[in-house]
Amino acid sequence: MNNMNEDVLMLQAIERYLDGSMLPDEKAYFEQLRKNTPEIDQMVVEHSMFLHQMDAFTNRVHFKHDLHQIHSKLLLQGDINEGGETNFKGKVIQLYQRYKRDIAIAASAGGVIALVISGIISYFTPAVNNSKLQQLSVDIASIKMNQQVQGSIINEVKSKLPANASLISGGSGFLIDGKGYIITNAHVLKGNSAIVVNNEGQEFKADIVVMDAKKDLALLKINDDDFKVVKSLPFSIDKSNADLGEEIFTLGYPRDDNTLTYIQGSLSAQSGFHGDTLSYQIQTNSNPGNSGGPVLNKNGEVIGILSSRQTQADGVTFAIKSKNIYSFIEEYRDIDTTIRKIKLSQTTSLKGKARENQVKKVEGFVYSVKAYNKAK
Amino acid sequence: MKAEINEQALLKGLANNDTKAIEAIYKMNFNMVQNFVINNNGSYDEARDIFQEAMIALYEKAQSESFVLTCKINTYVYSICRRLWLKRLQQLGKYHNQIDSLEETVQVEEDLEIHEKRNADFEIMERAMGSLGEPCKGLLEGYYVKKMDMQALAKEFGYTNADNAKNQKYKCLMRLKKLFFAQYNIGE
Repeated sequence: MNNMNEDVLMLQAIERYLDGSMLPDEKAYFEQLRKNTPEIDQMVVEHSMFLHQMDAFTNRVHFKHDLHQIHSKLLLQGDINEGGETNFKGKVIQLYQRYKRDIAIAASAGGVIALVISGIISYFTPAVNNSKLQQLSVDIASIKMNQQVQGSIINEVKSKLPANASLISGGSGFLIDGKGYIITNAHVLKGNSAIVVNNEGQEFKADIVVMDAKKDLALLKINDDDFKVVKSLPFSIDKSNADLGEEIFTLGYPRDDNTLTYIQGSLSAQSGFHGDTLSYQIQTNSNPGNSGGPVLNKNGEVIGILSSRQTQADGVTFAIKSKNIYSFIEEYRDIDTTIRKIKLSQTTSLKGKARENQVKKVEGFVYSVKAYNKAK
Repeated sequence: MKAEINEQALLKGLANNDTKAIEAIYKMNFNMVQNFVINNNGSYDEARDIFQEAMIALYEKAQSESFVLTCKINTYVYSICRRLWLKRLQQLGKYHNQIDSLEETVQVEEDLEIHEKRNADFEIMERAMGSLGEPCKGLLEGYYVKKMDMQALAKEFGYTNADNAKNQKYKCLMRLKKLFFAQYNIGE
């Protein structure tokens, strides 16, 4: 018993030593004691290590608790979704809330740290936009020059990204209806809002109409006065299965500088990863950013949407079959009246043309898609 | 670049337990990971577990003294989740091939080793706490986890004064240490 009490006293002393609450004299005495008594020195080291473990333990317990709370909160707000895919209504509401609500980093923070952080974020976020603006301004400047040469009117061009928005993800997408409907991959859209940029660097605001993570498809509608409706698209959206060995090409924006890039390949399997019959396997070298781009055959028919690649094999890329666009539109036509108006392009005007000319005709309808979070 | 400073601010917030920062990172990355896990034979629950584990790994990394993140947060989180999930799939014998979205990845092997060591330490502490028995467990949890003061603890557990509670706390701490190190040193 006595021994136990001595141990307690020693432990108490060690804790006071470690947390720095000893008086100078006491500390000097204790340090001397440490030096002369290896057992005590060992106890100090061991206890310091133990307290560190306790700290790590309690921190993690708290953090896990925070994560659970945040998860429930985001679920409730509709920012994240766990298997609500059977309920279309729920999806609409979720999308609606996406637009309505603002990101949580508002200035209404509680703690001092929180205030400082949100201050930093709102201070620097416009700068992210600026760096994008700089890239764009190169393109815009050259467009202006061309326009001057041609003597036409120069429009004042500004970035349509809200000043307080931060870009989160990006990829490619393409028009499936000249009225401004763009199809892309759902995984391209990680933010709650999007803008699209054409191959000349012109930006358009776009609404996210439907997002289907399971199909990995998303529908955007350009909602911008600067957009001119296209009477007919040069390519068609193919309904049938493409043939094995067919030569294909894709256009997309894998590079940071918003340059449209052409990649060629061939159809290597009628099914995608693990026998997924909704996809094709194609042999081509795709890059991040190609996601959502159109895959066309030599007749200028869109046969798929480039979506993913296999990580263990070079050049193995997968594309969602274009007939899925039909079923996707069909599935969601009841939830949004504008979807009913979509007429997927059925005729191609690219048949028999040289590849360069095909690309020239198509390039204006392939967009770079940029997703961001709207924040106030 | 400025964007990096923005991310640095988020990471600093994360390390300091700032809920707003944690929430922002959570919101920015969750859907990406969920898509990946679901598209790779996983369930919603598994997606959440994997994602939260990656958040813990990032959090503890952000708290370490030598912390530097050489890539974007989403690349890091994605890379961690990808490794964790592929490992889980392998353990379950589900399949060996892998597929993912066209996302960038970075090497995270070393970080995952550190994370696994931390997981092991956490489990040892959890087990040690679990086998303490009451009132020791409650007393230590009250003091270390809930950060209650001795006065409040004495009241809650019915000790006549704070000194007695404190004395008892030290005795419990010694038992906990013994239990912890018994396991910890085996693991070494």
